[in-house]
Amino acid sequence: MIDSLMATQAVPAEPVAVDYWSMLFVFVLATFIGLGVIRRVSRLLYTPLMSLTNAISAIAVVGSIVVTGADYPRTIRIIGAVALFASMTNIVSGFLITDRMLKMFKKQ
Amino acid sequence: MMYAVAQFAAVFATALFIFSLYWMNDPKTARRGVVAGVTGMLVAVVATWVQPQIIHHGWIVVAIVAGFIVGVPLSQVPLTAVPQRTALSHAFGGLAAGLVGTAEYFLGLGENPAELTAFRMSAIVAEVILGFLTFTGSLMAAGKLQEVKWIPQRPVTYPGQNVVNIGVLVVAVGLGVVVVLHPTAPWSGHAFYVIVGLAVLFGVLLIIPIGGADMPTVISILNSYAGLSAVAMGFVLNNKLLVTAGALDGSSGLILSIIMCRAMNRSFTNVLFGAFGTVQKTAAIGEQKEWKQETVEGAAQLLEQASLVVIIPGYGMAVAQAQHKVRELYDQLTKRGITVKFAIHPVAGRMPGHMNVLLAEANIPYTALVEMDEINPEMPQCDVALVIGANDVVNPAARYKKDTPIYGMPIIDADKARAVLAIKRSKNPGFAGIDNELYVLDNTWMLFGDAKAVIGEVVKQLAGGGGLH
Repeated sequence: MIDSLMATQAVPAEPVAVDYWSMLFVFVLATFIGLGVIRRVSRLLYTPLMSLTNAISAIAVVGSIVVTGADYPRTIRIIGAVALFASMTNIVSGFLITDRMLKMFKKQ
Repeated sequence: MMYAVAQFAAVFATALFIFSLYWMNDPKTARRGVVAGVTGMLVAVVATWVQPQIIHHGWIVVAIVAGFIVGVPLSQVPLTAVPQRTALSHAFGGLAAGLVGTAEYFLGLGENPAELTAFRMSAIVAEVILGFLTFTGSLMAAGKLQEVKWIPQRPVTYPGQNVVNIGVLVVAVGLGVVVVLHPTAPWSGHAFYVIVGLAVLFGVLLIIPIGGADMPTVISILNSYAGLSAVAMGFVLNNKLLVTAGALDGSSGLILSIIMCRAMNRSFTNVLFGAFGTVQKTAAIGEQKEWKQETVEGAAQLLEQASLVVIIPGYGMAVAQAQHKVRELYDQLTKRGITVKFAIHPVAGRMPGHMNVLLAEANIPYTALVEMDEINPEMPQCDVALVIGANDVVNPAARYKKDTPIYGMPIIDADKARAVLAIKRSKNPGFAGIDNELYVLDNTWMLFGDAKAVIGEVVKQLAGGGGLH
């Protein structure tokens, strides 16, 4: 099982038989975890929460890295670089401003 | 080996992201959440970068450096500008998703058409539509929040608007279905561009009819879309980490949207297609009552004699940058042994939690910030309710007047306090364009002027008069 997965990953040029059902499975479970965790977030912190989840969803950067850095045609890689820049901006500004805001919340 | 490294990194990053959000349940642990998030991100990026298929590094470095150059200043904006920064980051998220989807489609078209299976094509189309509509929609929202000149602040409506909007989306999705069925036909590439164009257009059309008071909900919905476009990207790239992180972001946006909608007693569709915030030209209410104006001295005296003061801040406080003066007022009052609480309505301001952040910036302890549901039972014991730049969220008409757009919206019961002091910039109605009955109640006194200036004057009075006691 693991061997076959590794084989498909190692040769990305081959048509990949992706197990979309397991992806869907992950999506549904992650959504439920998200709903459970977010529901408990302090109501004081909704603004920083939004900038934090924003930064986290900029994990899309890993997709952009592949598109930019793999052996693809030039135009594709340019598009990838722009996407990479956009995600990177979100990561940097998202985490920094979240921390900046959270620092301000003091009990006394 | 490298594959195992990548997979392990993804699992590790997922766990860290979940912890990151979990720690946000308390301001005490919240900063740990940022550390966890940054660590997860770093691990995931490095593990991806070292993969053998990444052979060109130059552009990656350039894009990352550019991201820092733009991202660092964006994180230093004044806190009153946080809503537009947030909208802008949703726009970036949508753009990244839309671009990667486009790249993946043309990559498949040019190099490996067999990869464009129906499932993968569906994910690409979903990613591109969601990504680009989030991109332009969020840009429009950011523009409205920043009050950019050529973007109208007031909602723009025209007859048949909803038909046009839904029509554009339906055509885009319909064309998407066609491209999914025929991904490699000679015309498919062009059809794909049309889908992109329609998504871009739909994003703009979606935000044009939305007014300032709806921004907290709209930002939350766009947050959700940005997350979902990341999920779609995960499906396209066969990346479970992306699916997970996107789902966390999407569910966060969803919960916030639901909370915002509930706080306004409205549905999603009503927010998106209802064009709230157009000035209602309802016939003037039978008897036009007059407001009673109060002097700064009188207000200071009233506050001084209170034992419980509830301050109700709204967007007007943010606009006037009055939070630091509010802090001085808080100090003056607490020094006299007066209990001061802040009543926070969920939709006060322009994004979820906006007021909390502004007050925290002014060093007001978060223990003094109280949610609407908790403060309302206390309002009858409140001696003075001080309304600073809030309007619709304290309008008693929401309880019974069925013809106002705010009917049914839960409000902070300022009118139940023994006395109400309301600071207002002008005598114009609020964002929803409705007269506020609170201002003409028998126990209400108005202070007209810029919130910062008025509170500054009150503080001066309190500080000056303090010595006499």
